[in-house]
Amino acid sequence: MGVLARADAEAITARLAEAPALPRHARLRGPETGLVMARGRQGGDGAPFNLGEMTVTRCSVRLADGLVGHAYVAGRDTRQAELAAVLDAALQDPSRRPALLSAVIEPLAAAQAARATREAAKAAATRVEFFTMATMR
Amino acid sequence: MAYVAVKGGERAIEAAHAWLAEERRGDPVLPELSLAQIEAQLGLAVDRVMAEGACHDRGLAALAIKQARGDLIEAAFLLRAYRTTLPRFGASLPVETDAMRIRRRISATYKELPGGQVLGPTFDYTHRLLDFALAAEGGVPEPAPEAPADEAPMPRVTALLAQEGLMAPELPSEAEPRDLTREPLNFPAERPLRLQALARGDEGFLLSLGYSTQRGYGNAHPFVGEIRMGAVTVEFEPPELGFPIELGEVTVTECQMVNQFAGSKTEPPQFTRGYGLVFGQGERKAMAMALVDRALRAEELGEPVEAPAQDQEFVLYHCDNVEATGFVEHLKLPHYVDFQSELEKIRLLRREADGE
Amino acid sequence: MSGLTPGFADPVPAAQACFRALLEAMARPGRVHRLAGLPEAPAPLAPAAAAMLLTLADAETPLWTDAGPVAEEWLRFHAGCPLVAEPGAASFLLAACGMPELAALEAGTEEEPHRSATLVLQVAGLERGAGWRLTGPGIETEHLLEVEGLPRGFLAAWAANGARFPRGVDLVLCTGDRLAALPRTTRIEEAG
Repeated sequence: MGVLARADAEAITARLAEAPALPRHARLRGPETGLVMARGRQGGDGAPFNLGEMTVTRCSVRLADGLVGHAYVAGRDTRQAELAAVLDAALQDPSRRPALLSAVIEPLAAAQAARATREAAKAAATRVEFFTMATMR
Repeated sequence: MAYVAVKGGERAIEAAHAWLAEERRGDPVLPELSLAQIEAQLGLAVDRVMAEGACHDRGLAALAIKQARGDLIEAAFLLRAYRTTLPRFGASLPVETDAMRIRRRISATYKELPGGQVLGPTFDYTHRLLDFALAAEGGVPEPAPEAPADEAPMPRVTALLAQEGLMAPELPSEAEPRDLTREPLNFPAERPLRLQALARGDEGFLLSLGYSTQRGYGNAHPFVGEIRMGAVTVEFEPPELGFPIELGEVTVTECQMVNQFAGSKTEPPQFTRGYGLVFGQGERKAMAMALVDRALRAEELGEPVEAPAQDQEFVLYHCDNVEATGFVEHLKLPHYVDFQSELEKIRLLRREADGE
Repeated sequence: MSGLTPGFADPVPAAQACFRALLEAMARPGRVHRLAGLPEAPAPLAPAAAAMLLTLADAETPLWTDAGPVAEEWLRFHAGCPLVAEPGAASFLLAACGMPELAALEAGTEEEPHRSATLVLQVAGLERGAGWRLTGPGIETEHLLEVEGLPRGFLAAWAANGARFPRGVDLVLCTGDRLAALPRTTRIEEAG
């Protein structure tokens, strides 16, 4: 679910084109956009405090075979939330799970990991390598 | 205070709004700014509007900036107004900043620390010379260099000091914080509530207050223990699921300001911390917030409360720029009746003074 | 979870229409209103009572209910409200199988009487007619209302609730697709 929360509707749709068709679904709730109050901790590790809200879109669906899926994703992308909810339901079906994992979830996760690695590499390039000249001691 | 209902301005207001729209667009010969451009190229303005609007949504903040013609306080106001139209699903789990995907992390107290000093995309060390190459259509810069990333964890500097027993620890707590968007502020305000107010407070106001503590109004001798900026995962536990799920990532900036503390009857001399955390890349704001947070802890640490930055009511009642704007700008509303009474009083006093 | 039925078909307009109806009902105590566009709520929830909760309750309003686990799951999912076991800890209460003691519910404070609880009470019948004579704010002279299925001693409990004014709880009576409201200021006498 974290992978789908980080992927936009376009990226999910593009991956779904490679996967077996998703079953039909009915909307149980949403997709609807609301807020979640994001919290931090005082001093970084103490008591929680309210940092500020963030927009979140949620959706719950039921597939024709009865499986129910839920999604809550940051932002206002209602298509992303609905696709994530349908995938959440479909992934609970052992006969569909392997194909969806390999066609949708794993490639999205790999793309996200690659982006994170690239960013970490840029950060690493700005890491200061101190050297102290002996005479200055 | 008395206001008079005044009619008859409708047509003037419509014309003013039409002119505003025209001014907003500017010369139609020039290409119009897109929200994607604002989001990508004025990213720090977007971050500031999200922080002071107390609502994380880059697209909405970009829209607010466009609509407000770049007036960032007006944009924060627009974002605050919009958020009131949305239902709240609940509160997230507290974000864990020690698990941040680091883009920047520096410490002014330890040169060599686990994980190292990572400068990230900073203005520091730039020469602050206007770059006329940017004026001449800057183009696309060369990609930034990359280096193999160290997988080593980046512990907090405050944790290093705490291990030695030299840093006052935060007491572990899962207490439900009060929320000033739901109940009015009252005093004394406990620290979580103060931090919420500071996190959405005006950067300029907090910066000046933080500066005042350094200049002697509040007896602070702070060090930047650590500043870190990067993406944190936000988790939320929907009631229907009963377990936490990831909503996505948001960028935050955190500042741990380390301050000497002389000790009290019950506490040994040690370091104490001021804490700053803001949405987006907002280092100046996070630092100012940390300075003011520490100043506001004076009373609980048994220090004298003498300076403006240590006065809860002064700081918390005045740090919100949307509230401040509302009250200052309401002076533009018709005060015709109020003013008539003042005029009459002054005329009367004049007549009395002129020897009646 | 797989037995879950949908909430409002179109949540925003439906909740607004219900809220409007509730405002009307509170402004004119005892008048029976019929709601449209109701959700497909699981038994034993009356559709009107379920709609009230979807309209009023959210993540910040603890709910107490005696309607059983299926209804609880439905309410938690669609209204997003936390459930509490103590009637006194609830902002809203939905009583489908009896009536919690009014005196035990949150009645607000003298300073903030609006912090009181609202009890949504399912009854067997709700008609304009001979049972009660209602008077008070929002009623020009008197209004007649016939309610079936209330516990013995209700009128005494209601009088005690009114005597705490400005503190006290408000009541919404529901059956099927109908509702009538009894704000704490309404006085009830047996008619005839």
